Amino acid sequence: MTEILDQPWELSPSVALRPEPFGALAYHFGNRRLTFLKRRELVEVVRSLGDSPDARTALARAGVPAGRWDAYAVALRGLAQADMIRRRDTGGEER
Amino acid sequence: MINPIGSATRPATLVEHFEHGLDAPICLTWELTYACNLSCVHCLSSSGRRDPRELSTEQCEAVIDELRAMQVFYVNIGGGEPTVRPDFWHLLEYAVDHQVGVKFSTNGVRIDLPRARYLASTDYVDVQVSLDGATAEVNDRVRGPGSYAMALRALDNLAAAGFTDAKISVVVTRENAGQLDEFKRIADEHGATLRLTRLRPSGRGADVWDELHPTPAQQRELYDWLVRAGENVLTGDSFFHLAGFGEKLPGLNMCGAGRVVCLIDPIGDVYACPFAIHDTFLAGNVLTDGGFAEVWRTSELFRRLRAPSGGGACASCRFYDVCRGGCMAAKFFTGLPLDGPDPECVQGYGEAALADPARTVPAQRQDHSHRTRPRAAAPVPVQIGARPDPAAPPASPCAESPLAGFRVTD
Repeated sequence: MTEILDQPWELSPSVALRPEPFGALAYHFGNRRLTFLKRRELVEVVRSLGDSPDARTALARAGVPAGRWDAYAVALRGLAQADMIRRRDTGGEER
Repeated sequence: MINPIGSATRPATLVEHFEHGLDAPICLTWELTYACNLSCVHCLSSSGRRDPRELSTEQCEAVIDELRAMQVFYVNIGGGEPTVRPDFWHLLEYAVDHQVGVKFSTNGVRIDLPRARYLASTDYVDVQVSLDGATAEVNDRVRGPGSYAMALRALDNLAAAGFTDAKISVVVTRENAGQLDEFKRIADEHGATLRLTRLRPSGRGADVWDELHPTPAQQRELYDWLVRAGENVLTGDSFFHLAGFGEKLPGLNMCGAGRVVCLIDPIGDVYACPFAIHDTFLAGNVLTDGGFAEVWRTSELFRRLRAPSGGGACASCRFYDVCRGGCMAAKFFTGLPLDGPDPECVQGYGEAALADPARTVPAQRQDHSHRTRPRAAAPVPVQIGARPDPAAPPASPCAESPLAGFRVTD
């Protein structure tokens, strides 16, 4: 259930993040959904997804302890379902 | 919404953050004009006539620029009837071009097929058509003759143009509370989403609230209906005062006034919430107080609203945690203390408070209502035609000449 961590992801192009004391508001201009990112670490993870080869790397870069990665995988799947983040097209490069 | 991720120290809940206010509103309501082609009996903003001080196109653009800078992701545009502003479509485009999404409320008067096609072609624009009866009979009593047909024509045009997921916005009243299934059917038939909101005693609503607000039995039915409908029906977080019946309804379930929402009125006045157009809730003006961001961040009124408050008279009620004392505007405009129960408190404390003989309802501070009732559709007993004899003007009843009206004939 944590295969999402091994995949390349990015913030959806229709999504804007607004920093707030608790984390951030994420707004999807297409489906008009508003999501609250309730932890600053999660905001950092989401921001760095696009520059990371996979979600696992983004978690490590944001300093999230490995013991919490499963919980973050659940959160990322929720964001993916709302199209807040989407699979990044890596131009057909297969590993 | 993402669930909180486990942590040793419990972080403040979102609602707690929201009660202290955010750096910018989540969304705000912007009444673009007080002008309206209708005269709905429950109009929150007592609209009808345009205010001559209405913000100009350039001033509106400046507000949008500020909203963009503050990352306010969307505005709910209303009025009055916003589409009667000649620059409405321009401002709509200006907003979405500047990453400020728009949901606008309309009675449908300008949503013809070409406009519906245009709207269907845009992203980031949401349309909300107001309808207060599932039949013309019920609707037109509140919104005026012909308004049901006007709204349905707009919804038909939107559906025909391929606009998906328009909203049908219904103010729940004593007269339409039994029509909720019918409203849902109308929404489904048009590929639209139903949105139910609460009748508030604001604006002209104060004049009709006593006779139109749902009865306690209807409130209970409404609550059960909303629980069954779940996320399929929108409520704009209107009904959190009903949470005292049991479980919370979907939404934030808190009063966001001055904390996460506010209102900009047509002349640039900023009020704590869309239902509170009154000096008591006036935070400032976007033209004279340094812009919208300045008002949002520094207004003394908003600072007070963001300060922690006890539950007042409601603190000892076991439902306070879910209903949080109900709606500030509903209390204010029925003359109830703001730290006491909502007038429609489902535990019955509101009725007791309303019975207080010392209660006085505050006077409205602004009124843009049409000064005359809309003309009934009847023949006009006047004919315009050529004067019988242009050479001889008609004699005025005040003419003093002894020869007035005298004609020389051969």
